[in-house]
Amino acid sequence: MFRRSFFGMASAGLLALGLTGPANAHDDHIVVQSTTSTQNSGLFDHILPIFTDKTGVEVRVVAVGTGQAIKNAANGDGDVLFVHAKAAEEAFVADGHGVSRSDVMYNDFVIVGPPADPADVAGMSDATAALSRIAAAEAPFASRGDDSGTHKAELRLWAEAGVDVAAASGGWYRETGSGMGATLNTGTGMGAYIMTDRATWISFGNKGDYQIAVEGDEKMFNQYGIILVNPETHPNVKADLGQQFVDWVLSDEGQEAIASYKVDGQQLFFPNAR
Amino acid sequence: MESFSAILAEALGLILSWDADVIEIIVLSLRVTLSAVAVACMIGFPLGAMVGAFRFPLRTGVIVVMNTMMGLPPVVVGLLVYLMLSAAGPLGVLGLLYSPTAMIIAQTILVTPIVAALTRQVIEDLYNEYSEQFTSLGVGPLDRVLALLWDARYSLLTVALAGFGRAVAEVGAVIIVGGNINHVTRVMTTTIALETSKGNLQLALALGMILLTIAVIVNGLLMAIRGTAARAAYV
Repeated sequence: MFRRSFFGMASAGLLALGLTGPANAHDDHIVVQSTTSTQNSGLFDHILPIFTDKTGVEVRVVAVGTGQAIKNAANGDGDVLFVHAKAAEEAFVADGHGVSRSDVMYNDFVIVGPPADPADVAGMSDATAALSRIAAAEAPFASRGDDSGTHKAELRLWAEAGVDVAAASGGWYRETGSGMGATLNTGTGMGAYIMTDRATWISFGNKGDYQIAVEGDEKMFNQYGIILVNPETHPNVKADLGQQFVDWVLSDEGQEAIASYKVDGQQLFFPNAR
Repeated sequence: MESFSAILAEALGLILSWDADVIEIIVLSLRVTLSAVAVACMIGFPLGAMVGAFRFPLRTGVIVVMNTMMGLPPVVVGLLVYLMLSAAGPLGVLGLLYSPTAMIIAQTILVTPIVAALTRQVIEDLYNEYSEQFTSLGVGPLDRVLALLWDARYSLLTVALAGFGRAVAEVGAVIIVGGNINHVTRVMTTTIALETSKGNLQLALALGMILLTIAVIVNGLLMAIRGTAARAAYV
């Protein structure tokens, strides 16, 4: 009798909790694999409600590094890919995982640094020259080190500057292996220079006394692209709804929504769909 | 850096303002974790009790494995569940990835070894006390296990709480299989991770204090139930 009530209670509790059931009422939803910069800057919170109100399609965003987002999408775990690493995106399409790639918007990377400016780079606009100076001074530099879009862009610039950062890893060159926000938290804590996209930096809440040291180099241009995951390769992809989202982002309305997003009066992303 | 009292005030403000998003996140956290702990107990209690009450070949090996699995890293569990549930994985057809159910599965895998291993120890101690009585009364195997589980029920409550503590505090597994999707799979720990990465350290810490408060409430409730039930047993 007692035993029965013990296990009865346990199973009743389990039923009451409800093991399954969606947390949200929308039946129509798509999963977008995207990057931390678009999410952390608040862009998605600004533009997605506009799309959902218009179409009734809920957009679920998984925000990870570009490298991981591309791998997740290549596994078919997502309907749309919205990231910023053009070469990797074109390879994704060439491998048959994506239908086609379109430019969506851009912003730029900046290098932020401590007010003491140990490498004397503040005010420079030549990114590779600034990086050479940081390397020569062996001033601490915090890298994402996570195969993200920002990390790939940073490695390209180091290569152009002719600096072998792998050799300095663990010394003045420090790979956090984390997202942009975590790397900013770590880097500002250790007085290191950090390359970040401008959107994440403007909306970042823990800047301390850090300021932008290097900006304005066209090599630090940061292009975002959008790709519908290929339904022929991945049959579970919701091609109709995903295409609807891609079309909207590239439409005048979607582009205006992106342009209208501002933090502290500054526009974070500049639409350039063609 | 903000002062500690300012963080306390922010945490209180978040609760008192009854912010719909925060409430939704708290409710989902509890739903996922309590479901996972319930399933883990339904598997772990009988499993642990059987290993505790019976002698069989390779028993020591089984105990070593169970005890070792208590230390499963959440990130590894998250990866394994992701690979299973991914559209490219063997269970991809179920379409469970990035859902609360996926998070429950991951936490269940994380918590079941803890429940089973601790139950094994509790039951084994009790069995050593009871074994002669069982033999003299000629109690069958099933009744032995059930009697041991029933008599150990208060200790097992603490075992369940150990599992709850592990599940409610972990972030590594749920952020991989849940994806930290706003309004769908965002729970307390993934929100704390997200706000930390946005540099909103004060908000993150305030959320952490809410999480601790919830853990205190759950523990307090269970202790109250235990106290009431224990008193009733002596009437």
